[in-house]
Amino acid sequence: MLLRFIAVFAFVVTLLPEPAQAKVLDVQELTTPKGITVWLVQDDTLPVISMAFSFDGGLALDPPEKPGVGRLVSILLDEGAGDMESQTFQKKLSDNAIEMSFSAGRDAFTGQLRTLTDKQDMAWDLLKLALTDPRFDDDAITRMKQANSTQIKNSMGDPSWLVARTFNGMAFDDHAYGQPGHGNLKTMQTITREDLQTYTKQQFTLPALKVSLTGDINAEQAIQTVDTVFGDLPDTATPVTDTDIKLHHSGKTILLPLDVPQTFIMAGQDGISHKDDDWHAATIMNYILGGGGFESRLMHEIREKRGLTYGVYSSLSSMKYATLVSASLSTSNTKAAEALNLLKQEWRKMAQNGVTEAELEHAKSYLTGSLLLDLTSSKAIAGTLNSLQSDGYTYDYINHYTDKINAVTQEDIKKVAQRLLTPEQLTVVLVGKPEDITPDITLEHAPNMGLGE
Amino acid sequence: MSGRSHRLWAYATFLIVFCLFSLPAQAEKTFNAESFYLKNGMKVVVIPNHRSPVVSHMVWYKVGAADEPTGKSGIAHFLEHLMFKGTKKIPDGHFSKQVKRMGGNDNAFTSQDFTAYYQNIAKDKLPDVMQMEADRMQNLTMTEKQVLSERDVIVEERLQRIDNHPQGRFHEQIMSHLYPNHPYSIPVIGWEHEIKQLTQQDALDFYKHYYAPNNAILIVAGDITAAELKPLATDIYGKIKAEKNILPRTRPAPAPLIGETRFILEDPQVGRPMLQKIWRAERGQESLQILSEILGGSTTSRLYSKLVVDQKLAVSISSSYDAVSLDETTFAIYATPAPDVTPEQLEQAIIDEIKTLLDKGITEEELKSAQDRAQAASIYFLDSLQGPALIFGRALTSGFDMDYPEYWRDRIGALTVEDINKAADRVFAKIDAPVTGLLLPAAAQTPAEKKGGTE
Repeated sequence: MLLRFIAVFAFVVTLLPEPAQAKVLDVQELTTPKGITVWLVQDDTLPVISMAFSFDGGLALDPPEKPGVGRLVSILLDEGAGDMESQTFQKKLSDNAIEMSFSAGRDAFTGQLRTLTDKQDMAWDLLKLALTDPRFDDDAITRMKQANSTQIKNSMGDPSWLVARTFNGMAFDDHAYGQPGHGNLKTMQTITREDLQTYTKQQFTLPALKVSLTGDINAEQAIQTVDTVFGDLPDTATPVTDTDIKLHHSGKTILLPLDVPQTFIMAGQDGISHKDDDWHAATIMNYILGGGGFESRLMHEIREKRGLTYGVYSSLSSMKYATLVSASLSTSNTKAAEALNLLKQEWRKMAQNGVTEAELEHAKSYLTGSLLLDLTSSKAIAGTLNSLQSDGYTYDYINHYTDKINAVTQEDIKKVAQRLLTPEQLTVVLVGKPEDITPDITLEHAPNMGLGE
Repeated sequence: MSGRSHRLWAYATFLIVFCLFSLPAQAEKTFNAESFYLKNGMKVVVIPNHRSPVVSHMVWYKVGAADEPTGKSGIAHFLEHLMFKGTKKIPDGHFSKQVKRMGGNDNAFTSQDFTAYYQNIAKDKLPDVMQMEADRMQNLTMTEKQVLSERDVIVEERLQRIDNHPQGRFHEQIMSHLYPNHPYSIPVIGWEHEIKQLTQQDALDFYKHYYAPNNAILIVAGDITAAELKPLATDIYGKIKAEKNILPRTRPAPAPLIGETRFILEDPQVGRPMLQKIWRAERGQESLQILSEILGGSTTSRLYSKLVVDQKLAVSISSSYDAVSLDETTFAIYATPAPDVTPEQLEQAIIDEIKTLLDKGITEEELKSAQDRAQAASIYFLDSLQGPALIFGRALTSGFDMDYPEYWRDRIGALTVEDINKAADRVFAKIDAPVTGLLLPAAAQTPAEKKGGTE
């Protein structure tokens, strides 16, 4: 997920060798005796502490024929650990108002925890247990598999889910990114307890770990806490064996027919890495094209001017093994062809002409002015920091982002737009019953869901 | 992300309001909010939070979908969209663009009982957004072209949110059965055939009858104090004239429900059956909030631990009760049966659990547990910029006062086991008289099913 980080106050004091900005966030970078990197923002306004952590890995660690292992682990870690079975463990959490959750993402396994200051000892104990000694009891596994299967089944009738699944499945094909993160109905049958245990051994290692903390906790306490919770994890990294991938079916239109009143459209092509010199130019480009809500060209042409949709958005995605620039919307089946043409038109226009001076200034104004709005709760701050850690940014990046955004010129954007935006190369996925569109490929079912294969 | 995100608050699943409190004896305010009135009758609420130099600026109108004239369902929500179309000062739909250029985020939402508009922005821009909001409170303009185009947008919105999804259509029908004679039976977004007939005049009439300072509440949460806000509010909103002829909010009472109402919807897009039982219930009852928490508010609740974990009759089960409602509200139980269990078997088990509850009541331990969780939640509420503003906005537009959110945890803390048991008696007085809904996969295999896949 791309997050935009800009200092609110970007005043430059000319006498100083560097621009002096009010800090967006006062982030401390700490290293624990066990070598774990921690980013800390201290704030004792409330007696609350939030932690966000990630282990590099993600979908690449699901066995190739068993997507969904990570997902199951993420919903089973709080279903019993150590001596405590599921209900006991969960009652301890809820009686102490400890909020704990986990998620198996594309490139990382993440966790979030929020606790009141005076319940933190219990919180850290429970988190440590969950990560180091999850029980994976049979009936908990059965119950979570059933819950997950129910979700999968219901998703399979949901067009907004289907368009994303179909896009990922077709564009990324055999790669881990092409697999359904939540698994499918077949793998819910075939995944074993051993799979779950293997996964945790491979995924939860110290070299893969990054932690962010915010709230009523100081540096000393943070260091101690992190080593207590995570310090016993194995110190050996799991070699990740996945490869980079470019999108498949470039230039093709793929249809998954579904009897619903709207067509869901997702169109994308290879994008740009956040490590690229042109990343900030691309960020602004994306904001103007379709990331900026009502300020965006796509919203203006497709919603405001013509009333064709409730919402259309574009986004940049920089993943470990792939990059993506994409857009999506839904519209009545009778209007799908028109909407898709407009989308491609805007893609082409941006590539050919870049952006205007006014658009650039307005975009900078938003991106620089709105940063603090993402950082108004302890959870949001911890989560944002951990995301940045995961992406390999420096701890102080958030305080320098303004400069990077403000340095972008119209030329920069024109260059990156020409490089990225080629409508003929878009992989286009449609779900619904669009009229007046002839697809290149018509599917019978969503890919990689264990159907008809 | 949602454009003009209109969260349709028909049945608010707004968890903040569900959270429950318990406090030691002294009455301490949770939010330390202050309020005052402007001379024109506009109420102003200030909720301080100095963690960051930002504010959430909100204007809530005491009007919602349930106040719409007959035959014009969707007009409250449609007007909400049209409020972004322009004034003389900010024409051509530039409102949101202007906010974004100042580094702010804006949006609006409509429910049965209120309509709210907001901007989250750096503190130093507060006077600017106040001017903009005050401007469109009195000077809204729109062209026929904008109206027709935006009407197409809300038709697409209805399709996107409701008609694409069996759950959306299901919920609409359930509500239409639960509130005969009362406007909560009509969806906030409106029925499709009525939306398509809405006109500019309908919107302007609604605007004239309800959008005035004496029918609105200004709420500012964040890096602000009452001393700072008062002169600004007086200057900017205070000069708007009160509207003498605000239409009263009188809704016809819902007709009594007798017998049993069963609504069944089969649809190929449904993956697994879902069962819902929903009762009408008294508004503003902390005892019912606690009851819902104990019965089905978490994975350690009675229904979950008994029916999911122990008896393995359900895959998931939960209950909900929303206290904040202008009129009679609802108490609901939702459940998905386990793969080899029929919805009817699960339904019977739920009824049995309710009977046990009515027979034996709740325990002291259950009550204390729920009260402790509420106490903790009151602290978490403050870990948010806009959260407290939403809490006050909902309460004040739904017939509650400033004390309602401030001393909520006191009231929760004062509850006894008997209070909860009596509340259960009242809500489940006729176990069979709720609306029972079944959302089922289609009986026959269709091509669409094959696509989604069934077992």
